[in-house]
Amino acid sequence: MKKILITSLISLMLATNVSADTDGENSLSKKNSGDVKDCFEGLNRATFSLNQGLDKAIFKPVARGYRKLPSPIRSGTSNALENISSLLTIPNNILQGEFKIAGINIGRFAINTTAGILGVFDVATKMNFPEYEREDYGQTFGAWGIGAGCYVVLPVLGPSTVRDTFGSFINVLGGDPYYNFSVHGNNQYLDQELYMTTKIISGIDFRAKNLESIDNLEKNSMDFYASVRSLYLQDRQQKIRNSNPTIDIIYEGDWEEVETQ
Amino acid sequence: MFLKKTSTFLIFIVIFFSSIAKVNSIEPDIFVQSTVNRASEALNNKYSKEKKIEKLKQIASETVDINGIGYYTLGAYRKNINEDQKKEYLNLFEQYFLKSFASRLAEYSNPEIEVLSKQKLNENYTMVSSILVGTEQRPEVKIDWRVYTKNPEIPLIRDLIIEGLSLVRTQKEEFSSIIQSNDGDINALFSTLKEFIK
Repeated sequence: MKKILITSLISLMLATNVSADTDGENSLSKKNSGDVKDCFEGLNRATFSLNQGLDKAIFKPVARGYRKLPSPIRSGTSNALENISSLLTIPNNILQGEFKIAGINIGRFAINTTAGILGVFDVATKMNFPEYEREDYGQTFGAWGIGAGCYVVLPVLGPSTVRDTFGSFINVLGGDPYYNFSVHGNNQYLDQELYMTTKIISGIDFRAKNLESIDNLEKNSMDFYASVRSLYLQDRQQKIRNSNPTIDIIYEGDWEEVETQ
Repeated sequence: MFLKKTSTFLIFIVIFFSSIAKVNSIEPDIFVQSTVNRASEALNNKYSKEKKIEKLKQIASETVDINGIGYYTLGAYRKNINEDQKKEYLNLFEQYFLKSFASRLAEYSNPEIEVLSKQKLNENYTMVSSILVGTEQRPEVKIDWRVYTKNPEIPLIRDLIIEGLSLVRTQKEEFSSIIQSNDGDINALFSTLKEFIK
């Protein structure tokens, strides 16, 4: 049970990542299906402080150390992790009705796992496959029109919403093929420890890629908690809409109001 | 006869001035590339950090619609403040923006930005797409620039959208959070801004 809980928490961390919102009304967008309220703001802020402490003491130093590894090792690791993540992306492409993208991602996974030696080399991108976009159950629920619910900050794992948290639990309830192969696959190559190690390395890889940007955001924020919340929710909204920000401009109305000043 | 001559003359005048306006208008993508080049030059020069910040502030003052962003970031609260508060806010916001912007950029050395394309949204806005070229330390980053083109001769930047995340939207929500945490008192935002720009 303990193992399942830890595994679930680590899965959550990767489903959420840093990227967070709230305007005056704490709504994700005037055009979005539902408002994202920060119902537990006091508790969330306390958890956020705890996470910041853990980040400074553990995650950031580890990410710095990771950054010192030679670039080919880091990019190979990053490619392999991305390749594994497509096992979760593909069922979600299908659930969202994106059959063509699911086909492309199956092709990408097959090529990178074989010719790319377990995904270490991103051969598919060199073959001009379209850009890979991760999908998860939280995004699928969003695409189905299920509202985000309240904004929550999880200990260690960071920003999320009630919907995204629930979506992450689906991973360990049979929704993530990589988890199923590792934990229930009954094979000598994959096990639960390897699954968890993979998830931890994904977290470190993400933190290492964003060392400067997060430092910079913190340094220049007057309310870092609110900035992270805004960025996380904007990011989730964009991923759920699968939108191209250049073409699909949201918040246009807000600017129109400024015109009338 | 006189009427015909007058109308011909007027048409000529209109054509003449519209052609001048066309000549003087600056394409938003060229404007962004030139702004990026100017910032890049300031960052790559062997100036002291203070001098770099001063140069970046000057570039921002000339190319960013700081007042427009200031109004936007105040959101609905801008409707409830009086003229004096508006003046005070815009003054504080300008100082805050320039300090925060320059300090963010001054951290980067040799940022290489390639402008890729532009898309006109309407008469007032064009989005310019670019990428911040990746390095060994960080991946490539997509940056879209919301350029305000109401006056095509003086285009101004109103937002940077980094990997789909709007900087001014984030700023607006941060300000809103500060005001809300202080029971809707706008003076709390003013105090926080003053503290930041000290």
